[in-house]
Amino acid sequence: MALTTSEVARLAALARITLSQDELSRLAPQLDVILEAVAQVTEVAGDDVPPMSHALPLTNVFRPDQVRSSLPVEAVLAGAPAVEDDRFRVPRILGEEQ
Amino acid sequence: MSVMAYDDVLAAFEPALGLEVHVELNTVSKMFCGCSTAFGSSPNTQTCPVCLGLPGALPVLNAKAVESVIRIGLALNCSIASWCRFARKNYFYPDMPKNFQTSQYDEPICFDGFMDVEVDGVSYRVEIERVHMEEDAGKLTHVGGATGRIQGADYSLLDYNRAGVPLMEIVTRPVRGTGAAAPQVARAYLTQMRELLRALGVSDVRMEQGSLRCDANVSLAPRGSELLGTRTETKNVNSLRSVERALTYEIQRQGEVLSSGGRVLQETRHWHEDGGHTSPGRSKEQAEDYRYFPEPDLVPIAPSRDWVEQLRGTLPEPPAERRRRLVAEWGFTELELRDVVGTGSLELIAETVAAGATAGSARKWWSGELARRANVSGVELDQVGITPAQVVQLQALIEAGTINDKLARQVIDGVLAGEGDPAAVVEARGLAVVSDDGALAEAVDAAIAANPDVVQRIRDGKLQAAGALIGQVMKAMRGKADAARVRELVLERLS
Amino acid sequence: MSELLHTPAADLAGLIASGRASSREVTQAHLDRIEAVDAGVRAFLHVDGERALAAADAVDAKRSSGGQLGPLAGVPVAIKDIFCMSGAPTTAGSRILEGWRPPYNATVTQRVLDADLVVLGKTNLDEFAMGSSTENSGFFTTHNPWDLERIPGGSGGGSAAALASFEAPLALGTDTGGSIRQPASVTGTVGVKPTYGGTSRYGVVAMASSLDQPGPCGRTVLDTALLHQVIAGWDPLDSTSIDAPVPDVVAAARAADVKGMRLGVVKELGGEGYASGVEQRFREALDVLADAGAEIVEVSCPNFRYALGAYYLIMPSEVSSNLARFDAMRYGLRLGDDGTAGAEEVMARTRGAGFGAEVKRRIIIGTYALSSGYYDAYYGSAQKARTLIARDFERAFEKVDVLVSPTTPTTAFRIGERADDPLAMYAADLCTIPSNMAGNTAGSFPCGLAPEDGLPVGFQVMAPVLADDRVYRVGAALERQLADRWGGLLTDQLWARENGGAR
Repeated sequence: MALTTSEVARLAALARITLSQDELSRLAPQLDVILEAVAQVTEVAGDDVPPMSHALPLTNVFRPDQVRSSLPVEAVLAGAPAVEDDRFRVPRILGEEQ
Repeated sequence: MSVMAYDDVLAAFEPALGLEVHVELNTVSKMFCGCSTAFGSSPNTQTCPVCLGLPGALPVLNAKAVESVIRIGLALNCSIASWCRFARKNYFYPDMPKNFQTSQYDEPICFDGFMDVEVDGVSYRVEIERVHMEEDAGKLTHVGGATGRIQGADYSLLDYNRAGVPLMEIVTRPVRGTGAAAPQVARAYLTQMRELLRALGVSDVRMEQGSLRCDANVSLAPRGSELLGTRTETKNVNSLRSVERALTYEIQRQGEVLSSGGRVLQETRHWHEDGGHTSPGRSKEQAEDYRYFPEPDLVPIAPSRDWVEQLRGTLPEPPAERRRRLVAEWGFTELELRDVVGTGSLELIAETVAAGATAGSARKWWSGELARRANVSGVELDQVGITPAQVVQLQALIEAGTINDKLARQVIDGVLAGEGDPAAVVEARGLAVVSDDGALAEAVDAAIAANPDVVQRIRDGKLQAAGALIGQVMKAMRGKADAARVRELVLERLS
Repeated sequence: MSELLHTPAADLAGLIASGRASSREVTQAHLDRIEAVDAGVRAFLHVDGERALAAADAVDAKRSSGGQLGPLAGVPVAIKDIFCMSGAPTTAGSRILEGWRPPYNATVTQRVLDADLVVLGKTNLDEFAMGSSTENSGFFTTHNPWDLERIPGGSGGGSAAALASFEAPLALGTDTGGSIRQPASVTGTVGVKPTYGGTSRYGVVAMASSLDQPGPCGRTVLDTALLHQVIAGWDPLDSTSIDAPVPDVVAAARAADVKGMRLGVVKELGGEGYASGVEQRFREALDVLADAGAEIVEVSCPNFRYALGAYYLIMPSEVSSNLARFDAMRYGLRLGDDGTAGAEEVMARTRGAGFGAEVKRRIIIGTYALSSGYYDAYYGSAQKARTLIARDFERAFEKVDVLVSPTTPTTAFRIGERADDPLAMYAADLCTIPSNMAGNTAGSFPCGLAPEDGLPVGFQVMAPVLADDRVYRVGAALERQLADRWGGLLTDQLWARENGGAR
């Protein structure tokens, strides 16, 4: 499965990363090589092997419903690129809410 | 745009409904961290590294949230998973600090349930596909632009106090066979859901505050067809009334599109309460790819069967049973019950009875005059502006003879206008029925003197003619008289 | 050069506790050392001398007033710049976080501070812990003290280089695919990856959540064990942390006794692609341990051949999701916000410029592997391969107490040598990745210099889940045996070089 430049561009858009033309053309073959190397893994896909999503068989880790102190608002906003009215100010959003 | 007449649509098509309800739980802390969930605080004062999605932060699951979702599932007759996980739903949007939502995907904690709803005496079974856990996003305010909405805004502001509040999503399977009653079934479902959640004590379920949200899906299929049509999802449906109106509109709109040979686009639409129509959201060529995978920062949940049974024991009386029991206790007729269900006034009646009124009088007010006013103002019945306690007081004033039914309406005006309790309004507006016979007698004499031919007819035995005199007296007294007493006085005078 | 720089942390703690040296003295010596050599080594991204000395003074004051001091109180430590430290710059080696100061401490940072260690500063790393050479740091490359033209390993090259250059006696790292062990191997130092869940990930900038694990680094096995004891243990803020007592790694390091232990040599971790000097020193180390009473056995873990592939699918997938939060909205870099550009554009521009090439590569791979239509083939298969690898370990551990292998196939390669060849770079993790996949514990211990290039070789010990003590037991035994033969530690040779050959 060769990854075309337009495939890479689509993925980059999905990941919200602007790539230059140069980067795009360099990335596609690199990714291809990597994906081919890892493709060996697909051999393993036997149906009787359960997928492992956790290294440990832990279950039911909960915390009680209790209020803990929050961060002071100054600390919350301290690293913000832009602030207005104690809120994070962000550029206008063009996409739809999900 | 013009839309097809509702009945015409239903003549040609079968609607299929789908409802997605989001419930904000009333836990005191958030889903994955200890920040408070209290509503209405100053922006960004209830946040921490976890709910802000700061680098390095990790989630820890709120036990009460799990307990609540299991109880909701049980109350909806669902199966409870013996093992399930959270999943990440990946997409970028500034109100989501991590740019993924921790939710559940193919392993919901509750599944395969149902709720029966009744509309006009007909019962419909709404199948519940799943109930799952997820977290709420922050609050976006759009600045600049005419409407305060996202289109045309110059920039936006974010408050993350709400980010991370526990959210339960309840999804129905497509509901078919409702015919023309589809919008009413949806409304009844939502009404009943609200009742159920309130009875469970898991949420404030206030649609106007956002603790209960509904997205309504509808599609049309040609009558007799087994297949489902293309569906649209309508958001911004903020009240029970809106659900009904939005679905009615969508059915009409889709009917118009299909009848004129067009194709219904699969899209998300936005409901406009003022204009009474839906408008399209940004159309997408393909559905967003959420790249779900199991959440590695949380471990699986495996509720023991013992725990589930213990929680089952904490369920309140199922709403349908409760309804039947109360109606039997109150002695309502079938028709009266339908009235109550139709106006969504059961809880308010119950509260009013608990506060001291008779069931009959409570029903008279809530299902009658107050429901009418709520409809006219376009608000929910419990937001109309009068409390059960005040209704009790109102009724007591009538029974004591202080006011009559007609004056009561003016008293209600005053209460809704914020002038205070019924007694205070009566005082301030001077609405009390005049009980002093002297003043009444004067008015009666005046009316007798002014209407000799009516008087003659009464003396001749036509007692019904007294009505005209009573009317004049009431007018003279500006309604502030007890009509029965006036009649007595008139007849006394003329006998 | 102050002798304090050459003193193991355990001994420094003793000096401080007894009053023979002050923490200030010890801290100052290390700050001076950093000043002297870091222009060449470049191990540190930030050094906070003032904060360090203040902390040292506090320990000294505690000591004079008779306060209770822990086993490492007053000893300096360098922290990989992936651990949040309140008020201190924390970049994860990336321009996208340049200037950010977290409002909170990672749990591990907090434990280090509570144990009265003195934080010297934050060490360099491959950006977001992605790499095996520290060349992917968004700021600059760190150099291997053994040969400044060579890489110090990655992603935690800064911590390892700081140790090897005597800038710090202790360091903290994180290990996702070998990022503690491989740098330890190529710098002749010690580094351990605890059992997954053994150490808290709260406050550690996440790379791959199901693989990341913070761990201790030092020049000696005992020092490393002492630091392990400080940082490990259950954390209620990390749902994946294990609620069980920390295995007694310090006792194991002190015992250093392998009599009767069965060591399994993993057949698949050797042969083609492995430098001859590496294999030679590895075999010699086995002989040394056999002399000390261990039994050497060969085991086969056939599914290890899928480890690299599965890792480079699972890890980028989790990365693509974990790094989505860096979107210029709440913290970090923001570019292109000129009042007309929309949020999406600002996000994409910032991420395009703020992330380096390797990070972008992995995010794209991860996005691909998780996309609909590809999930089952890629991410799904990789998770199955993971199960098979875990089973290989389980089967092996039925027959042996620990598994052993070289830590990495080669010694330190030259800076720039593999920078344009991602696959060649990934190959450095062949031996270390399996333990991350299965979640068990593993450590790297110096076992000599390769004859062909005089560069350090690392010996890897892998033990079952929650058997971290076994890693230290074997490592300590090896260290003791080799110290007898060499007259000291491998890093003593570096010390000797600087001190004109004398020791």
